[in-house]
Formats: sequence, C-alpha cells, structure tokens
Amino acid sequence: MVVTTSWYLALGAVLFSLGAVGLLIRRNPLVMFMCVELMLNAVNLTFVSLGAELGDLGGQLSVFFVLVVAAAEVVVGLAVVVAIMRRRQGATADDLSVLGG
Amino acid sequence: MDATVFLISAAIVLVGALGVLVARNPVHAALFLVQTLFGVAVLFVLQDATFLAAVQVIVYAGAVVILFLFVIMLLGVDRAEDLGVEPIVGQRPLAAVIGASLLGLLLTLLLVATDGPTGALGQTAPLGDGADNTRRLGEALFTDYVFAVELTALLLTVAVVGAVVLARTVKGALQPLPVVVVATAEELPGTTEERFGVDSDTEIDTAFPESIEGGDA
Repeated sequence: MVVTTSWYLALGAVLFSLGAVGLLIRRNPLVMFMCVELMLNAVNLTFVSLGAELGDLGGQLSVFFVLVVAAAEVVVGLAVVVAIMRRRQGATADDLSVLGG
Repeated sequence: MDATVFLISAAIVLVGALGVLVARNPVHAALFLVQTLFGVAVLFVLQDATFLAAVQVIVYAGAVVILFLFVIMLLGVDRAEDLGVEPIVGQRPLAAVIGASLLGLLLTLLLVATDGPTGALGQTAPLGDGADNTRRLGEALFTDYVFAVELTALLLTVAVVGAVVLARTVKGALQPLPVVVVATAEELPGTTEERFGVDSDTEIDTAFPESIEGGDA
C-alpha cells in the first residue's frame, strides 16, 4: 500500500471535525482551547501534506507561522481564563454568556 | 512500511482527539492532547518535515501543553466536569450533526477532486528531503519571509505583554462577575403577579408624559 496525499487529507478532515465537535460540546474553556489546538493541528497536517504533494516549501512555512500564532493565541487565551477564574471559580463557557452584552 | 507507520500514527492521533473530547478531567484531556500532537509529529517525519516535527514536540507538547497544565493546576479547575448535564437542550445532537456535516463536506471534497491538488509546482522554494529540510526552511524564512518573521516577533511581544496585563493582580477588591440565573417560569415560586408585585388587571400607563410632550423648554 502506498500512502497518498489523500490519506493525510482525510485524516486531517477527521481531526478537524473532531476538534469542531469538541469545541461545540465542551463547556470548560480550557478544554475548548485544546479542541482549537486539535483543529489547528489538522490544518497543519493538511498544509504539510499539500506542500509535499506539490514539492513546495510553502506548506511548511505556513505551518511555521501557524505555530507562532497558535502559541500567541494560547498565551493570551489562558491569561483571559486566569483573569475570569480569579473572579469566579469554576466558570464554564455558559456562565460567561454575560460577556456577550 | 510507510502505510504501517501512517496507520499506527493515525490511530494514535484519532484516539488522542477522541480522548480530548470525552475526558472528564481537564488534566486527562491535556495528556490526550499530547498524544495527538506526538502522532502528528510522527506524520510530519513521515513527510520529511523533520524541522516541524521537532518544533511540534518542543513548542506544542513541551510549551503549550505545559502552559495548559500550569493553568489547570494553578486555578484548581481539575475537577471532573459532569458531562451528563446538558445545559442547552439539544446542544450535543446539534453539535454531532454539525460535525458530521463538516466531515461529510470535507471528505466529499476530497473524493470529488479526483485529479489531485491543483496549483503550480514549487512556486515558493523547492522542497528538499528530510536531511536538509531545516536549512531550506531557514533560508526561506530569513530571505523571502524575513518581514513576516519580524511581524511574528512583534506578535509574540504583544501577546506576552497582553498576558501580563490580563493576568496581573489588580489592587483592591475584585468585582465579581454578575451571576445570571436562568429559570423557567414553572420553577419560580408564586405567580407572575406575586413575583413582580403587579396586578395583571392593572393597566400600565404607557402614555408619554404630558410635560415633556408639551415641549416648552
């Protein structure tokens, strides 16, 4: 069996969908962040696979920048979670609906 | 050989992702996330993206997940979440439908595109093999993409400063967030009239006050 690009793309699609479902069903903001990381990883896998298919370094370069942005996003997001949790213990995403105005 | 490695890594990735979804304890979810990230790193190696595989392990598994674990431990939110409760009615079935539609859409796209990915070959920079992958990436990043690299440096600085500002302790008593209690009419004691102190027969005067309406200001 030869592993083609489609295998990686299919795995990326499944991983992305799992992350999306997790983001919708979980209420703990930290776990929701982890699901976002799953989705980002699915996209990274797709980038690398298509880059390998096209013989282009651009896919891997994009993944590099996605990694940086993901790290920045996690840092700021977790700071927001810490700031919220300090005011109210055990807040879930549903409790934070007041932020919607 | 490649197929065996791919199938094993794919199984590891998917089991880890499912674990993140269903783990009741956030710490377990973080550990399942590490499993998925390692699986993806193996898949990167399989496609000769050796530098990204190393970065994946160092930055994601080494830094991001540790940051998650720090916050979990620091805040003491490692209590198990009761997954049996569904606060929004129909949230889970709806999420499953949305997820299944998303997956179906993506896989259909994959099956329909029988002629493979389109696009010009090797537009950015030629892809080397695994041995000189890091050198090629570095050359591309610090020549063609040097402005983007500088921008990411700025982004990281902003993120660090933002995190410090957000997470610092404010002097004085903290204002608690408002608690919103949502209850249905059946759960509340008394009738509507008793709760709000109005008689439903009383007509509420909604007419515009004459003094203002007169407008003699």
